[in-house]
Amino acid sequence: MLKEGKVRIPSGCAIAAVISVNGERMSGETVMRAMVPMHDRSNGLGGGFAGYGIYPEYKDFYAFHMFFDCRDTRKKCETFLKERFEVVKGEVIPTRKIPEITDEPLIWRYFAAPLKSVLADLQLDEKEFVARTVMKINSETEGAYVFSGGKNMGAFKAVGFPEDVGRFYRLEEYGGYSWTAHGRYPTNTPGWWGGAHPFTLLDYSVVHNGEISSYDANRRFIEMFGYKCTLQTDTEVITYILDYLTRRQGLTLEEAASVTAAPFWSTIENKKDEYEKERLTYLRTVFPSLLVTGPFSIVLGFEGGLMALNDRLKLRSMVVGEKGDRVFIASEEAAIRAMEPQAENVWAPAGGEPVIIRVKEGLY
Amino acid sequence: MITVNAEGMDFRALNERIRAAGGECAVINCAGQRFLCAGAASGEITAEGVPGNALGAYLNGARITVFGNAQDAVGDTMNDGTITVHGNIGDAAGYAMRGGCIFVKGDAGYRAGIHMKEYREKVSVMVIGGRAGSFLGEYQAGGLIIVFGLNKGEKPIVGNFPCTGMHGGKMILRSDCRDIRFPGQVSVRPAEEADKALIKKYAAEYCRLFGADEAAITDSPFTVITPGSSNPYKRLYVAN
Repeated sequence: MLKEGKVRIPSGCAIAAVISVNGERMSGETVMRAMVPMHDRSNGLGGGFAGYGIYPEYKDFYAFHMFFDCRDTRKKCETFLKERFEVVKGEVIPTRKIPEITDEPLIWRYFAAPLKSVLADLQLDEKEFVARTVMKINSETEGAYVFSGGKNMGAFKAVGFPEDVGRFYRLEEYGGYSWTAHGRYPTNTPGWWGGAHPFTLLDYSVVHNGEISSYDANRRFIEMFGYKCTLQTDTEVITYILDYLTRRQGLTLEEAASVTAAPFWSTIENKKDEYEKERLTYLRTVFPSLLVTGPFSIVLGFEGGLMALNDRLKLRSMVVGEKGDRVFIASEEAAIRAMEPQAENVWAPAGGEPVIIRVKEGLY
Repeated sequence: MITVNAEGMDFRALNERIRAAGGECAVINCAGQRFLCAGAASGEITAEGVPGNALGAYLNGARITVFGNAQDAVGDTMNDGTITVHGNIGDAAGYAMRGGCIFVKGDAGYRAGIHMKEYREKVSVMVIGGRAGSFLGEYQAGGLIIVFGLNKGEKPIVGNFPCTGMHGGKMILRSDCRDIRFPGQVSVRPAEEADKALIKKYAAEYCRLFGADEAAITDSPFTVITPGSSNPYKRLYVAN
């Protein structure tokens, strides 16, 4: 076997995303194509996708995508779910047996709505109740893992190269108005099914290229608010930070970006726009523990849109392009061209400059 | 000239094909294959499509022309030769290059010319037609970076923190740089006659390559940035 220094593995994670502003549904094949030219950025230890608008027939129900280690765990979890939710459907997520993907856990999905009586009893709003339920399963139930639980969306992830993961989950059979994708090159944690991206909470999903150095500071802060970082991986905490800032604190996505990728104080000091200076100062002062440092480029998927964001120093690459009503985001321009050869206005957002694309109102 | 269709090829196979062609070929349908022409000492290669990261890394004399955009780390540690890009380039272009030239028609991403070098007659040169991102010429140790700022619109010619840690070489920006903050260890002054000869030389070459109007480029204020002393870090570790 070749030792360190004798072999070069040119990896560095890959992300890609596509959205139709008119809410047209695309199969998962588009975003799967993006991962082909970026193959060398992953090392086969994780690939995953998130699709939005993929379950129109169940759009009023939370779609729980789950891994189980065995039948007993599944039975136990189903009992737990049925005490809290009206489960209208539970089924195996269809997969394709391929030699590239092995050792799969049991992979199921449940379409469910929280029981009104339980919500009234706990005096919780629906989303908070669902978020807490997911945290409880993921931190307390050995062998069970909810890997997505939003409405009309779903994550699909596995250990393998992303192109293979997409084929394994038969993503060509789904139609979504937006998709995100990730190819993984794990740096600090072993490659396992739950550790693949995207990381999700409710309808949020995050794919991430990078390695944040503020992980522990961010984790300590966010765990005070009931979030449990169970996966030892930095991307998970970014998902919870964005959920906390937007859903719980009511910030806009732009404001959340100014918190997590806040400019340097010297840059804020030199802003000519007094309002902007005050806004940035306020956000950095109120949420200092949620500044995310170290390299990252992420795509956040949410109901009706996508947000792309780089760390403030732009230590990872990310480009954006468009064609017609489609907007494309990827770690490399070659990936955008793989999705749409005629993509126009290909540009690289600056560090800390969020790019937010929304489907037109009423079209998703 | 031989045409090599890069479609569906991985970077190793593609580079082998280019080497087998003796370095004289037109590569079409590039789709992110990395290290194109890495270390090539001679030959002339054109590329269509999007060549991958580290295009012309360790280039040692060959000439590369890209008809489109290039990705990150163009000319990483190149020693000699020319890379001409008829589009934009990604981040960290010319990383630690120590000789040769990179000409970019459009914009450069972050950290262009990071740790560029020179030694005696070997002087690396990077000419950027559009604007440059933040950290331009970070830790620049030698060589010449010129930015023309053409078609930059409302944006500044360079992003934040240019010349951070610069301790050698020269940077020339086509702007009065009134709104740009430089670090304390560099000296900033308007271009003098000697600089203008240099500007004219590279503006002429830029126009020859990309077909712009030379007078429209040169007839403008230019700012020259050099390190404040010849050895600003002299006393950082030991007195030498």
